[in-house]
Amino acid sequence: MSRGSFFSVARAVAWRNIHNWATNPALVIPGVLFPMFFFTAFAGGLSRIDNVPGFDYGAGYTTFVYGFVLLQAATFGGVFSSFSIARDFESGFSRRLMLGAANRGGIVAGYWIAALVRALTNIGVITVVALLVGLEVHGSGIDIVGLYTLAFLMNAFALLFGTGVAMRLRTMQAGPAIQTPAFLLLFLAPVWVPYDLLTGWVQAAASVNPLTLVLEAGRGFLAGDPTKVLPAFAVVALLVSVSVLWARGGLRSAERVA
Amino acid sequence: MSEVALLAQRSVVRTLRQPAMVVPSLVFPLLLLSINTSGLETATHLPGFPTNSYFQFALAIPFIQGALFSANSAGTNVASDIESGFLNRLALTPLRRVSLMLGQLTGILALGLIQALTFVVVGLAFGDGIAAGPAGVVVLVLLSLTISLAFGAIGAFVALRAGNGEAVQGTFPLFFAALFLSSMSLPRDLIETDWFRTVATWNPVSYMLEGIRSLVIEGWDAEALALGFACAGGIALIAVAAAGSALRTRMVRT
Repeated sequence: MSRGSFFSVARAVAWRNIHNWATNPALVIPGVLFPMFFFTAFAGGLSRIDNVPGFDYGAGYTTFVYGFVLLQAATFGGVFSSFSIARDFESGFSRRLMLGAANRGGIVAGYWIAALVRALTNIGVITVVALLVGLEVHGSGIDIVGLYTLAFLMNAFALLFGTGVAMRLRTMQAGPAIQTPAFLLLFLAPVWVPYDLLTGWVQAAASVNPLTLVLEAGRGFLAGDPTKVLPAFAVVALLVSVSVLWARGGLRSAERVA
Repeated sequence: MSEVALLAQRSVVRTLRQPAMVVPSLVFPLLLLSINTSGLETATHLPGFPTNSYFQFALAIPFIQGALFSANSAGTNVASDIESGFLNRLALTPLRRVSLMLGQLTGILALGLIQALTFVVVGLAFGDGIAAGPAGVVVLVLLSLTISLAFGAIGAFVALRAGNGEAVQGTFPLFFAALFLSSMSLPRDLIETDWFRTVATWNPVSYMLEGIRSLVIEGWDAEALALGFACAGGIALIAVAAAGSALRTRMVRT
């Protein structure tokens, strides 16, 4: 492999990852199935929750749950892609990649492109299913752009966070260290009911969870009633910025042992 | 009997010696119970909801989730025995297949017992107790063990058919689908979406949940218990028979 530029490295890494993912059902199916399970289980099983006093979301419960599942699919697209980084280190591929790539930032960019493709696929499937079972989008075109921008920024955040962990630990054992914080961040937000209807320690956790703002902004876009837009984008921008530094540190750590 | 005891001992020790197998099967169900309870307490305001505590309603879920982890553990252990060649070496001995199967499943029952007792203690400590009283706790544990056996035998069957751990991991989402498409979050008569209520009504996991739930919330409900035991026991019988058949095929191949 000749020493390549940022873009050629990113393209090569992205292509390899997308190819490996797309040709392996064991990698494709979980990414689509898990958000789908959550969507069907909660949009179908809990639909009567919107009759509870104080539940005032005009677009309906299916749309309310879709707001969460969209962010979940985007985030897990990034999480699962960062598992590939750990696997590549374990197999020894990453060491060879480090030797061949002049611009190693391109490696991270390649994984990010692959994560984006995975998230797009997951989101596409879930959106089609959601539309079939009654998703109501009251937001305008700009609202929808805002919604999906938030989702793709969350995907970038998850991938960059996972990259930092995977490149530091360089083993598949890093899986729980990547997955658990993402899981907690997602589920300690107002997942099934609005924030005001949460009770107990989950409400306290949701009050300091940055994902609460992102989720509420996403649901506002879907309902055509944009809310907390600036704080949500500020939070996501901050998360992505910090995770860029975290991933860069991971890359430096991996370079030292390559 | 001695051969069953030896294999059972090995299975129990091997299961309990792996914290990565035991701890998540206790921690994750309890974490989700806690999150669900805080998130869905308002569901108790729905007319017709059977209790005023969502914790009491949701306490049945960890028993099923624990059993799903049992399926994964059983399958992974059997697959590991196949991949490491242990099963091949056993095939060269005069060991009977039924002994092997019973021995493998004993580890799962041990894990199931730890799970059931832990969830009962959590239920007693943080909830309003078990409505059916001390005898109800015994029945609850028995039902929970039957459910663990049912899912554990399915895991063993998959491992024996496929012969590798990856296939077992691949079936894990399907088990979770069975849980999610049940009366996990709301009683069936309060599920508004028609297709979901139909799926939940056909789904045997709903009756396992409702059997446990009846003991926790109502006391003694013969119909709910009969349905719970019938579904769990029926699946256990079919899965053990299927695993036995798969074991015979694998032994022949060996």
